[in-house]
Amino acid sequence: MSTQITNEDLELSVLETDAAETPTAAPALRSARLSSLDTLESEAIHIIREVVAEFEKPALLFSGGKDSVVMLHLATKAFWPGKVPFPVLHVDTGHNFPEVIDFRDRTVERLGLKLVVGSVQEFIDRGELAERADGTRNPLQTVPLLDAIQRNKFDAVFGGGRRDEDKARAKERILSLRDEFGQWDPRNQRPELWNLYNGRHTVGQHVRAFPISNWTELDVWRYIEREGIELPGLYYAHEREVYERDGMWRAVGEVSMPKPHEEVITKLVRYRTVGDMSCTGAVLSDARTVADVVVEVAASTLTERGATRADDRISEAAMEDRKKDGYF
Amino acid sequence: MSTETSLLESGLRESTLFRFATAGSVDDGKSTLVGRLLHDSKAILADQLDAVARTSADRGFGGAGATGTQAIDLALLTDGLRAEREQGITIDVAYRYFATDRRSFILADCPGHVQYTKNTVTGASTADAVVVLIDARKGVLEQTRRHLSVLQLLRVAHVIVAVNKIDLVDFRESVFREIETDVQKVARELGLGSDGIADVVVIPVSALDGDNVVDRSDRTPWYSGPALLEVLETLPAADELESHLESFRFPVQLVIRPQGALAPDAVAAGLDVEAYRDYRAYAGQITEGTVKLGDKVTVLSPGHEPRITTVTGIDFAGNDLAEATAPQSVAIRLADEIDIARGDTIAAAGTVRESSADLYAALCWLSPKPLREGAKVIVKHGTRTVQALVRNVTGKLDLATFNVEAASSLELNDIGNAQLRLAAPLPLENYLHHRRTGAFLVIDPVDGNTLAAGLVKDHPGDHEDERYVI
Repeated sequence: MSTQITNEDLELSVLETDAAETPTAAPALRSARLSSLDTLESEAIHIIREVVAEFEKPALLFSGGKDSVVMLHLATKAFWPGKVPFPVLHVDTGHNFPEVIDFRDRTVERLGLKLVVGSVQEFIDRGELAERADGTRNPLQTVPLLDAIQRNKFDAVFGGGRRDEDKARAKERILSLRDEFGQWDPRNQRPELWNLYNGRHTVGQHVRAFPISNWTELDVWRYIEREGIELPGLYYAHEREVYERDGMWRAVGEVSMPKPHEEVITKLVRYRTVGDMSCTGAVLSDARTVADVVVEVAASTLTERGATRADDRISEAAMEDRKKDGYF
Repeated sequence: MSTETSLLESGLRESTLFRFATAGSVDDGKSTLVGRLLHDSKAILADQLDAVARTSADRGFGGAGATGTQAIDLALLTDGLRAEREQGITIDVAYRYFATDRRSFILADCPGHVQYTKNTVTGASTADAVVVLIDARKGVLEQTRRHLSVLQLLRVAHVIVAVNKIDLVDFRESVFREIETDVQKVARELGLGSDGIADVVVIPVSALDGDNVVDRSDRTPWYSGPALLEVLETLPAADELESHLESFRFPVQLVIRPQGALAPDAVAAGLDVEAYRDYRAYAGQITEGTVKLGDKVTVLSPGHEPRITTVTGIDFAGNDLAEATAPQSVAIRLADEIDIARGDTIAAAGTVRESSADLYAALCWLSPKPLREGAKVIVKHGTRTVQALVRNVTGKLDLATFNVEAASSLELNDIGNAQLRLAAPLPLENYLHHRRTGAFLVIDPVDGNTLAAGLVKDHPGDHEDERYVI
């Protein structure tokens, strides 16, 4: 599982059967089985290319989080040796981890991409969004996201959403139609047949594309390991000042200050998801390398969102409600 | 079977992917079976199980004194949307993921009671195998016949019939054997299990208690076959069966032609800019077969005579491959400078027919809007999309009797035959032999919705005429 797959391995994975079983000059039977990661990678690249071929103006949601980093890596492979032929879009809550924003900017620079930023803070400053009582800004991303999609006339938006993340996402299509208000109608989705994706839409509608729908968290990590993909450092174990709230370890930061009764301690932690600092929790971990993380994730007994996202705990249907309103 | 298993074992350096779907209604205990499979294969994590245990307790599931998984309504593990929980039904196909040491599984969980054809066709279109549920107390019902009929039509490679609730008939062998006989009879009527079409395996299970789901049960001593998960772990996936045997097919998705605008990271990593100035490759996913350097291929483009050329490069993100096999996504370079665009097909030379504008097909009608003769629709086939006119509906399948009856329109959940005229010729191939290049979508030109799943059939009289192989 932890071995690096090289091009030679790819060719080797086309195995010839025992020659003794194949008498005379009959063509050797081949078992041309790709590994699950190779199959998932090929599927994702096929989807990315379909969207680029069929849409006028796609964009890729890029937060610097691991799923969006994997998406961008797949896009570079899909169009090699050419450039990635679309811009990246980040909805900035204003509550991001600084090292993630730094990583985002370096990546965009390295790949020569255009970065479009939708800012939650600007909407709050203009009075078009109100800060929530619990201080969390993740649910506030929907309005700036839809605004950026409309202003830039994006007709397809790639996301790194995976069906294993949540019960509502399990029913999401790979190409998912959104109406003029960005809404998802889960009861009225187009059937998705074979690998034929129907992206037809009218003016004002757009499509969300989820090329890594069929990947699990473990697949993502095994792929990061295999491909040697760089991630923001906070995905790996590091010492951090944290305090405990709702059974989660929160980082001490400008937007995530402890209450007086919450004791601040230094712990060895890492993040399984990277989002709004005010609602993303760290997990206790000594996984300092990608190989350590693969082992940790494989042995984990909690889902990544269950372990680290306060905003998904608000109600049983938290994700479903946000998706219907046009969330990622 | 043994050949495939030994091949699999020798080739197993990493887990492989296996896609399967479930078909059945809520009453068959399908959600419970899926929940059991996920639970017993340890795909359910502690926080998910906690949430389900809380809800089960709130609803008084299992009654007083129930312990362990008996106190948990496993069906709740697969309830996704709020309306589903409120109404106790499943609305749409849901995808689940779990893995064993041997395989990673993608499970398309297809609800059976509403829009059963739509959901079963959707799930089966990508599945290597489909698990059909039967309630041991009820036996083979009309719905079972419908499910098996759809699976036969879609040429799913393996059908597993799970005779569920075997605990409720006191694990009696006679009940199971009777159902098994009925299933085999339906399978024979449909031609399943012959001519390389779907083999059928029948297993007695109790989803509620876990008998023969992950491990073999000692409460069914008369059953010597494997448990459900063992079957799923050892059946050959579609590409293990087919990909090496079929002729190479490659619908072109787009042309990669950077014209100097090379990826900065590739340049920084030492890519020879001069060598790539005139780079031109055709990107796509191999739908079947294998391609090797030096292979002769035919290029099919609308408005052109078929052209024969040679493969000079198989590229994948900076790697030069000597060969590639379905379902790999690659970029192919060709010897001759010919005009190739999205929608063209590259295929092993001498194995394809000339494109045709006459389309004979079976349609699985998935829309509440009925199909009428004379309707204008859009056909999406491979990487091409063309307008089409529905000339005739030539018949409709009676899913209970398997007879084709006269019809002039198709309604939601109907499966029928139709003849379409295309605005431009397409490289159509018989679905029986080409699961990808024989499949297409019918799309509503007004609202863009998918109306039908289409399966290409041979033209009448085609068999006598092999002149068009190019």
